[in-house]
Amino acid sequence: MRFRAPAVGVLRIMPLDELTAIYHRASGQTHLVASPVPEILAALAPAPATLDELLARLAAGYDVVDPDAEALSARVAELVALGLVQCA
Amino acid sequence: MRHVFSLRIGPVGFRVGADWREPIEALRALYDDYPKPHDGIPDFSVRLFAARRWRRWVRPSITIGGDYVLPDAAPLPLPLGLLAAEMGMNLQMALGQRRYLLLHAATVERDGRALLMTGVSGAGKSTLAALLMVRGWRLMGDEFALLDPATGLLHGFPRLVSLKNRAIGVVEQALPAGKFGPLQADTPKGDIRHLKPDAASVAAMDVPARAVAILFPSFGHAPDMRPVPPAETFVRLTQASTNYVALGERGFGALTHLVATVPTHAIDYPDAETAVAMVERLWEQAA
Amino acid sequence: MSGASLVRALRDPATTHALDAAGWTGLIAAARAEQILGTLAHRLQGLPMPATVDRILADARTAAEQGRTLALWEAEMAAQALLPLGVPVVLLKGTAYVAAGLSAGQGRNIGDLDILVPRDALDPVEAALLAAGWEWVKPDAYDDAYYRRWMHELPPLIHRERDRMIDVHHTILPLTARPTPDADALLTGSVPLANGLRVLSPEHMVIHAAAHLIADGDLSGGVRNLWDIDRLCRDFGVQDKDFYLSLYEEAHFQGLWSQTMRALRLAHQLYDTPVIGYCSPLRSDLDEKASDRLYVRRLLARDGWGRATRPVTQAGFYLRSHLLRMPPGMLARHLWTKWRKGHRVTP
Repeated sequence: MRFRAPAVGVLRIMPLDELTAIYHRASGQTHLVASPVPEILAALAPAPATLDELLARLAAGYDVVDPDAEALSARVAELVALGLVQCA
Repeated sequence: MRHVFSLRIGPVGFRVGADWREPIEALRALYDDYPKPHDGIPDFSVRLFAARRWRRWVRPSITIGGDYVLPDAAPLPLPLGLLAAEMGMNLQMALGQRRYLLLHAATVERDGRALLMTGVSGAGKSTLAALLMVRGWRLMGDEFALLDPATGLLHGFPRLVSLKNRAIGVVEQALPAGKFGPLQADTPKGDIRHLKPDAASVAAMDVPARAVAILFPSFGHAPDMRPVPPAETFVRLTQASTNYVALGERGFGALTHLVATVPTHAIDYPDAETAVAMVERLWEQAA
Repeated sequence: MSGASLVRALRDPATTHALDAAGWTGLIAAARAEQILGTLAHRLQGLPMPATVDRILADARTAAEQGRTLALWEAEMAAQALLPLGVPVVLLKGTAYVAAGLSAGQGRNIGDLDILVPRDALDPVEAALLAAGWEWVKPDAYDDAYYRRWMHELPPLIHRERDRMIDVHHTILPLTARPTPDADALLTGSVPLANGLRVLSPEHMVIHAAAHLIADGDLSGGVRNLWDIDRLCRDFGVQDKDFYLSLYEEAHFQGLWSQTMRALRLAHQLYDTPVIGYCSPLRSDLDEKASDRLYVRRLLARDGWGRATRPVTQAGFYLRSHLLRMPPGMLARHLWTKWRKGHRVTP
């Protein structure tokens, strides 16, 4: 299964401190998230990805501490439930 | 309605109608020199009425209604008419305000810069705001701060200061010449007495100000002060807002900008006097 | 009277140029009481008006736009939870209007999400919603049994994170009401949207709104309801010149002929809805009936403070609405249970 980030302009992202505020224009909801959520959204932005591809992108391009597949899968599932990430 | 009084508090116009003379007289006495709504058209209407016609005369009790209503609001006895009118206006703001982000906070201003104080009920923000007013600050409001998403400025909403229980005596002593409403005993929130903001605060109600400090005061502890990080401030202020969700992205933009640019502190204080001193010291450091 | 002033402003926005400050104040109060301020704000946009009114109406438009976003998102979330079941999910009322891009949705206040599903799919639908984060609003044995046995919907559910209600219907009127519409025909006739959800056919949409106004309610919210009907008729009448013929035919099949005709007559009287009457192939007479006057009086009963006036007419309509929904023996039992629980009976 591949995962897709929202289209450009759907999210408004505002880093505050170690937490980041995200406004989701499609739902009108505000989410306050910690790492690695902003990194996941950024890594998915160029193109949809499978979990393995996402893990590879995170390991290569982002400063994510010790990324592991199981934790990543749980984060992505949460984002899908919130509607921030879609199954492509 | 039989008895009507219209007024404007900062940018918001109200008309209050009542089945009885007393609540309207009480409003008129304390809001005598407030301006009228712009264009003669209020933003909100409040109705104080008898749920049954005979309730106008027999054990009269006031039902609070208006443009926006809560279905299960308990009626108040007629002697609490001023409180009912104030609650009615607050209710319209809480449920109906869609222009300004409404923060449950007290705001005072000095030299064109505003200090925002928020916290749970009983944290003493009304008392603090009143005491700072006594010391020459401009009172912008003790209950709601209006943050304009279009400009990032705070607008004054200087309605009557609502003093509760022990705060009544503290402020009466600090401001013997103040204009107070009648003591309303045994309300659902204990004893309440309203204080009219001073003439300078009323005269400047249309002048907005930029927030330069946010405080979360907390009463009943040894003096202490700590900085609050932006994300925590953000969460606390969304919880202190009645219309954050309704404002959508405008609320998000206004609030994230506020917390990212304005330093925030939590202060603990044992008594009002200490708090005033702490606030003024903090203010000098910030200046 | 402000109820009449509100209907006049909706029908013919230019008439507001004659309003003074008291007139505007009464108009806004009445529009808020009828929950139609957002619609009014769209109707009056661009016309000359006092700056204060301009500001109040601009805020109302922004609020309606935010309401639209939230309503469409609830529909999207329901789609995510229910479409995998493979049953048709039909959006009703306000959410349907905005999802289908109809002019009835413009500025409209939208409350709960209302959906229609096949009756035999209620159990899996309920289970899927509970699994996706919806919860029962109030666990109350009596109301629950009452809903399941007699109403046209599941007891309301609320989403635990988004705090929004969903009403799941399996038909459009309570099973106890005398007309019993054909729910299968509603589902079969429904039209798919791009996202996999569905909306009622144009005819059924109007009939549902009419049934809701006349048969299911106490006429409260009638100003807005008739406005929906007016806008739907205008949209559909343009798309299909024979729309009214199919509408009359469907209203007859659904056993909601007199309700639909009443609603069309009232919409025509209040909003000049361009309803077309026929003598052949079927006869639909749109002349005002004497009893319509009682309805119009009730619909316009708002004073300058937004208060409902003429309480005698209103009480009459409240009893009427209950009689319509329940056989008399059941009505007595229902009221008794409500009284014992301390509910007030008058609205």
